[in-house]
Amino acid sequence: MYGWTGRFLRVNLAKSKIIVEALDPKIAEDFIGGLGMGVKYLYDEIDPKVDALSPDNKLLLVTGPLTGTGAPCGNRYMVVTKSPLTDGIANSSAAGEFATSLKYAGYDMIIFEGKAKKPVYLWIDDDTLELKDAQHLWGKTTSDTENAVIAETAPEAKVACIGPAGEKLVRIACVINDVGRAAGRSGVGAVMGSKNLKAVAVKGTKGIKVADRVGFYRAMVDTYKALDNDMVKTFHQFGTPCVPATTQEHGVLPTRNFQTGVFEGWEGAELDGAALADKLSVRGRRGVACPGCPIACGRITKVTDPDFAGIGAGPEYETIGLLGSNCGVSSLAAISKANFICNEMGMDTISAGGTIACAMELYEKGYLPQKDVGRALNFGDGHALVEMTEKMALREGFGDILAEGSYRLAERYGHPELFMGVRKHDFPAYECRGLQGMALGFATQPRGACHIRGEVHEYPLFGSYHWKITKDRNITKIDPLEWKDKPLIAKETQDFFCVKDSCGTCDFIFPMGLDEDQCRALLEAATGIDMGGYKGLMKTGDRIFNLQRLFNLKAGSTGKDDTLPKRQLEEPMPDGPAKGMVAHLSEMLPEYYKLRGWDANGVPTPEKLQELGLK
Amino acid sequence: MRKMIVIDIDKCTGCGVCELVCSFKHYDEFNPLKSRIHKNIFWQQGVAIPVVCYQCEEPWCGKVCPAGAITLKKDTDTGATLVTVSEEKCVGCKMCMLACPYGCIVVSDKGYAEKCDLCGEDPECVKFCSKGALRFVEPELGMMAKKKGVAERLLNSYAEVKF
Repeated sequence: MYGWTGRFLRVNLAKSKIIVEALDPKIAEDFIGGLGMGVKYLYDEIDPKVDALSPDNKLLLVTGPLTGTGAPCGNRYMVVTKSPLTDGIANSSAAGEFATSLKYAGYDMIIFEGKAKKPVYLWIDDDTLELKDAQHLWGKTTSDTENAVIAETAPEAKVACIGPAGEKLVRIACVINDVGRAAGRSGVGAVMGSKNLKAVAVKGTKGIKVADRVGFYRAMVDTYKALDNDMVKTFHQFGTPCVPATTQEHGVLPTRNFQTGVFEGWEGAELDGAALADKLSVRGRRGVACPGCPIACGRITKVTDPDFAGIGAGPEYETIGLLGSNCGVSSLAAISKANFICNEMGMDTISAGGTIACAMELYEKGYLPQKDVGRALNFGDGHALVEMTEKMALREGFGDILAEGSYRLAERYGHPELFMGVRKHDFPAYECRGLQGMALGFATQPRGACHIRGEVHEYPLFGSYHWKITKDRNITKIDPLEWKDKPLIAKETQDFFCVKDSCGTCDFIFPMGLDEDQCRALLEAATGIDMGGYKGLMKTGDRIFNLQRLFNLKAGSTGKDDTLPKRQLEEPMPDGPAKGMVAHLSEMLPEYYKLRGWDANGVPTPEKLQELGLK
Repeated sequence: MRKMIVIDIDKCTGCGVCELVCSFKHYDEFNPLKSRIHKNIFWQQGVAIPVVCYQCEEPWCGKVCPAGAITLKKDTDTGATLVTVSEEKCVGCKMCMLACPYGCIVVSDKGYAEKCDLCGEDPECVKFCSKGALRFVEPELGMMAKKKGVAERLLNSYAEVKF
C-alpha cells in the first residue's frame, strides 16, 4: 500500500501479547485513517455499551495516510476509544514526531486491548516490539516520563504517555506526546490509565512511499504556496493566543462559566497574544513547529513570577479562554501556571477550565459550601485556579469531585443546568449564542461540544470562505447571529472535517488556506485511490460522521442529547455584539436532521445507511 | 560569487520539511533518517538548528579518502562549491565519516558515501523552507541579512533610549 504502511499492531495487555496484522484495504479506502479508521475498527470490535474504564474497552492510536509524508502538517495521530467522560465515542488528536515515527516504524495504528496486570509501556523499535515494566514510572509527570523512557530506550525514541491524572482515572485526563502536545479531549488519558499503560515509545527508521510521486510533489508545491499568507504569518508570530482579541470583539469569549461572551477583565489583562509573545515566549514572536508544518504556531513559554513560575508549551487560545476568562482570571501568569500543571499531569485544559468555572459559579451562587472546597472559590482568583487544577489532577480533597468533570459536579450539587457543554463534554472557548452555527455544531457533534470537528465559526471569525462549501454556493459572508443558513453549512463543514481528521494532517492548514480539492489531491496522490471527486470525498466524511452517530446511539447517547444548556437556549446574552441572542437550536435541528437523512428522533434512516455502505 | 546553503538559526522552527523533501528527492520516500540535512530541536530553549554539509573549501572527508573518490567541484556558472563523491571510485571504507566534523557524510546501504549534492544547484530543502531559515545565496549576502537582523534589534533599544 502507498501512504498507509498496510500494517498495524494489536497489543493484548492482559496476555502481554503483541501481533502485527495487515490493514484491511477496504476499510482504509472507505474510512481513510485517523478518526474514520479508528471509529470503524472500534465500532466493529467493541460493544458500545461497555464501561469505558473496563478492560473490555479498547484504545486505538491511529495515524492517517498523510502522516509522516511531506504534506503540510502531515503529523497527526488520533486516539479513539469509548469516552469515560461522555460515555459515547471519544476521539482526540495530537501532532508530533510520535505520530510520524509510528509510521516510520511501519505501523498505521495500534489497538490496545484488555488491562495489564502491572503498569507497563510499549517499546516499538521498528520490528522489535516489547512491553516493558513501568512501575518505576507510575506517578511521574509527563515530561519526567518522556525523559525517563528516552533514557532507557533510545535517544531517537518518541514518546506518548499519561501523567498522574490518567493514572488516577481523572475523567478529563489526556495523552501527552513530544513535550506538551496533547490529545486533549474526551478523557482518552483515563482509558490509557485504566489499562495500566503508562506510555508508548517508538523509534522508526523506515520511509513512506506515495503512489504518484509527481502528483504528490505537485500537490506539495501547490499547498505550500497556498499557505504562504498573512494569516499563517500572524499565527507564526503569536500562535493561537492571537484569537482571544477576535472572540472578545465578537462577544463570544466565554466569561464566568459562559454567563456572557464579553470579558470585563479584558482591559490591561494582556490576553491578546502580543504580551504572551513578547513577555513569556522564550523566542518572542517566533513559533516552533510540529513536524512538516509551515505555520509553526507553537510556543514555549516561561513564567518567572514566583507564585506561578514554570516553563512549557502553551498556553493556547482554548486554554486562555477556559482557564482564563471563563474562570474570570485575567492573569496571564496564573493561566500559564494552570496550563503547565495540566500538561505535566496530563489533563485537558479545556475541560479543566470548564469544570473549575462550573465550581466557581456553584460556589458564588451558594450551592457549593466552602467547607467542601476547603477554601473560597471566586471567579477571578488565580491562586484558587492553580490550586484546584493541581488537586483535580491528583484527586486530592475537593479535587476528587472535580476530577469527575463538570457534568457530574453540577449534578452532584443539584444544579445540572450549570454544566456548560453537550453530552457531558465541556464547551470549548466559543459562546454559541453569538455563533449560531456553533450552537448547532456543538449540539450534534458525536464526541460532545467541540470546535475542532466542524469549524463553523471559521467563516465569520476568520473569513475562511475559500472552501468549496461556501465558494461553490457563492457565499462570501456568513452572519454569525443568523440561524437559517446554518444547518447546511454545519453539516457540510462537519463532513469535510471528518475527512480532514482522518488524513493525518493538522486542522489549521484548512482554515489558513487549503480547500477540499487540495486535501483530495494530497490524499489521492499519496494513496493512489480515487476518492470519487468532491462528492465522493464528502460522502466519505458523511460516512465517518454517521458511524460515530451509530456508535453513540448504541451506547445510549441519542437525539435527546442533541441539546444545549438552558443558559444558551433561554437566557439572552447580556452584553456585547450578540446582546439579546439565544441559541436558536430548535429552529435549526429539524432541517439539519433532514439534510443528514435522519428521522425525527435523530436516527439515520435505513436508506441513508445503505447509501453510505454502513448496512 | 559562489552560492551556498546559508542557515539563519533564528528563523528555523524545527518543522523538518527539509528532511522530508531531501529524502523524497533522493530516495523517493519520506524518511528523515535518510535525509542529508537534519534538524535538531532544543525544546527548552525553543531553538532548532539544522545541520547540513557546508561544502568545505578544503574538505577533510576528501583529504582522508584513500580512493580519491571525493573531489571539490567549482561550478563555472554559479561559482558554487560542491564536494562530490564518485560512486564508482568510493570503496565504502567510511574514513570520510570519521573525518567530517559535521557528521554530514554517510556510507549508506547502497555501499558508497552519500552527502548533500545541492540538488544540482537548486536545493530542494531551500525551496520548501517556508520561514526562510535556509537560503541558497552567496555567503556574503547571507551574512548581510544576519547583520541587518542584529541592527534591527539594536534599533528597537536605541529608539527607546534616543527618542
